[in-house]
Amino acid sequence: MPAPIRLRELIRTIRTARTQAEEREMIQKECAAIRSSFREEDNTYRCRNVAKLLYMHMLGYPAHFGQLECLKLIASQKFTDKRIGYLGAMLLLDERQDVHLLMTNCIKNDLNHSTQYVQGLALCTLGCMGSSEMCRDLAGEVEKLLKTSNSYLRKKAALCAVHVIRKVPELMEMFLPATKNLLNEKNHGVLHTSVVLLTEMCERSPDMLAHFRKLVPQLVRILKNLIMSGYSPEHDVSGISDPFLQVRILRLLRILGRNDDDSSEAMNDILAQVATNTETSKNVGNAILYETVLTIMDIKSESGLRVLAINILGRFLLNNDKNIRYVALTSLLKTVQTDHNAVQRHRSTIVDCLKDLDVSIKRRAMELSFALVNGNNVRGMMKELLYFLDSCEPEFKADCASGIFLAAEKYAPSKRWHIDTIMRVLTTAGSYVRDDAVPNLIQLITNSVEMHAYTVQRLYKAILGDYSQQPLVQVASWCIGEYGDLLVSGQCEEEEPIQVTEDEVLDILESVLISNMSASVTRGYALTAIMKLSTRFTCTVNRIKKVVSIYGSSIDVELQQRAVEYNALFKKYDHMRPALLERMPVMEKITTNGPTEIVQTNGETEPAVLETKPPPSGLQPASQANDLLDLLGGSDITPVISTAPTSKPASAGGELLDLLGDLNLTGSPVSAPAPQVAQPPFLLDGLSSQPLFNDIAAGIPSITAYNKNGLKIDFTFERSNTNPSVTVITIQASNSTELDMTDFVFQAAVPKTFQLQLLSPSSSVIPAFNSGTITQVIKVLNPQKQQLRMRIKLTYNHKGSAMQDLAEVNNFPPQSWQ
Amino acid sequence: MIKFFLMVNKQGQTRLSRYYEHVEINKRTMLEAEVIKNCLSRSKDQCSFIEYKDFKLVYRQYAALFVVVGINETENEMAVYELIHNFVEVLDKYFSRVVSETLTLL
Repeated sequence: MPAPIRLRELIRTIRTARTQAEEREMIQKECAAIRSSFREEDNTYRCRNVAKLLYMHMLGYPAHFGQLECLKLIASQKFTDKRIGYLGAMLLLDERQDVHLLMTNCIKNDLNHSTQYVQGLALCTLGCMGSSEMCRDLAGEVEKLLKTSNSYLRKKAALCAVHVIRKVPELMEMFLPATKNLLNEKNHGVLHTSVVLLTEMCERSPDMLAHFRKLVPQLVRILKNLIMSGYSPEHDVSGISDPFLQVRILRLLRILGRNDDDSSEAMNDILAQVATNTETSKNVGNAILYETVLTIMDIKSESGLRVLAINILGRFLLNNDKNIRYVALTSLLKTVQTDHNAVQRHRSTIVDCLKDLDVSIKRRAMELSFALVNGNNVRGMMKELLYFLDSCEPEFKADCASGIFLAAEKYAPSKRWHIDTIMRVLTTAGSYVRDDAVPNLIQLITNSVEMHAYTVQRLYKAILGDYSQQPLVQVASWCIGEYGDLLVSGQCEEEEPIQVTEDEVLDILESVLISNMSASVTRGYALTAIMKLSTRFTCTVNRIKKVVSIYGSSIDVELQQRAVEYNALFKKYDHMRPALLERMPVMEKITTNGPTEIVQTNGETEPAVLETKPPPSGLQPASQANDLLDLLGGSDITPVISTAPTSKPASAGGELLDLLGDLNLTGSPVSAPAPQVAQPPFLLDGLSSQPLFNDIAAGIPSITAYNKNGLKIDFTFERSNTNPSVTVITIQASNSTELDMTDFVFQAAVPKTFQLQLLSPSSSVIPAFNSGTITQVIKVLNPQKQQLRMRIKLTYNHKGSAMQDLAEVNNFPPQSWQ
Repeated sequence: MIKFFLMVNKQGQTRLSRYYEHVEINKRTMLEAEVIKNCLSRSKDQCSFIEYKDFKLVYRQYAALFVVVGINETENEMAVYELIHNFVEVLDKYFSRVVSETLTLL
């Protein structure tokens, strides 16, 4: 077999490949050659083959078959083999491979090798990919090497210790004694890695932090030497001596000085010195200044120092170099919470950065601007931010819009300004506004009562031109629906009222409905708005009816359901329509974190789909839902009905009869004001049908409540499963005489702990000879589950004379009330 | 903490890659392609720090080669920027002729 090609040759060959496919082919060929060479156990060229394999792995091709070969190389005695073997181990092996544990013994031997370079290799590998088991086994060796005087090994051992601590935090104490002398070294390599080790230990354990605080003077001294010492060729980077070490030390000082007065005080001088003496003409100097500023802001420094730091940042902001501006904005963002006033001074520069071309800088400037908005500068800042919103990239628009809303909410100088700002945002970045902004805006608008006319006018004008931005259209349709009458009557004081006719308003709403650009939610808003206008507008009700009925057959299920319900409102429940579609009351202010309340007030008052509950939101919250009488009383429709509709004189017979007076004498189309009486039957018709068809409890025996003079009244019972305190009694009155009983009225009274509801009877005539019956439904609410008792009063005309009778019903079966 | 160190040329071919955190091998190519796309789309006078996913990229361009380092928020971006330059200078010193030749070839 010819000698395998060298790595360099391989690289050259791969470079000549012109396409990805060609490259893959070459690599596969070479992989095959390498694999056969591995199978032959060829010692001489193993190193070369693994090197090639590593190169191919770096390009992104799988190389797992080389793992064992790496192990063999590590075990070899030749340094060149070991070197490649360890490199391969670092790149190909990690904890996930089972093979890696086999390395432990090799590493252990190599850590004690006579040659420092071999020891160094072992330390590097362990520090790179050692698993927790390996670290536990070998930590002792590492600790020993940490104490050696050989600086080459010491620095590597320190980094390895960092890795060990990361993997097995419990071993941290083991390294503590070795750290005592670390900072006494002259070698910068050891110093640097020691500082890294100390930083890692301090970050992980507060005890260590306290312990290492006493090192602050030593660190300060080292830093001082670095700054003050003259030119040192081996550490020089663009005129500054070892900037990387300076940055590291500054970071460690930051960690040590945080929340600690003494340490912070010890550092004050050196920080001031670094801040003033560092050369800022090159990037290196700026890097050190940046770290210094971060440290000053984080520790408990004196105010003079803080002012110095912020001035440095201000200087950075004016610098032409983008990198520097970027880090300045980042650090200002971190400090704006604590040193708000100082940062305010640089507000104009920050606002200028909004116009920068660089995306990262713009983002930082935007966040910082939002942090700087306060009551005084809100108008000016908002102007800038709105301008920014106009011109910025789409990825910023959503964040910018939400930020503007938040700031406007907190600091708005006047309601009109607030609404103007919101309008501006909606029109410029309407499609990027977040979903929760729409309900928040609607709530805001309802709260500013005096601005309704102005708001609706502006919104109307906004969507006249363009109705593609969904949030804008949603808010606008809602407002037009609510305040359309104000729009048409042209009552706006704040600006020139415009002349709008009802038809024009409906035109725009219809075009929103029809447009392809409108989302389903937006269409829902528009349809409901049109519906609401049916009560606000006077001449165009027919048009509205037509529109609504068209959408009754819409494909969109949501739209269809709404349209059908609204249609029903027009047809059967026209009397309820005005009350249902009344103006929304001012909504409770909720916190911005509050979820659901605002969701339900999303503009709609869904009319009662009659099998279910009575009209919900927009009305006073229906309080005791169980209370049947309150159901009637709580609705907007009949505001007064719970109080006594008829003033019956307190007749004899005590409390029970008094209750009769308070009863809602439904069914008798008498005395109570017309709208009140007319409605409940309809509502209750639906409701009354309910218990008969669902939730029927099995067989409660019926009773004969009254049987006299040919009039027989039977009670049948039903209990609702959903509400166990409600008993529904159906009475059936029959007449066994030969003449009809007319004008039959049944009344009932119950003790105080009960509540009673009488529904309308089927008729008021009981035909003779038992040929027909009158049925009537009574609902009794018995929350305390007391024994049911009832007094009934019957009045009717029979044989030409008025008859009246009182009776008491005591034979209720237990199942009807228990 | 430095997450990775890449040297990628303008065509998107990786010349050097070192990951200090485990990343699946197929994800690596994707990551490298995205990173180079981000770097290529920047103009000369934009800053060298890009926010990418949950870490930052610090990149520096040398002729046709981009050196990109991914760091998390504990690192000083400008120090890393200097580090990149230091690294290239070290390469230059060690492999002087090779580096200039390679850079043009890359």
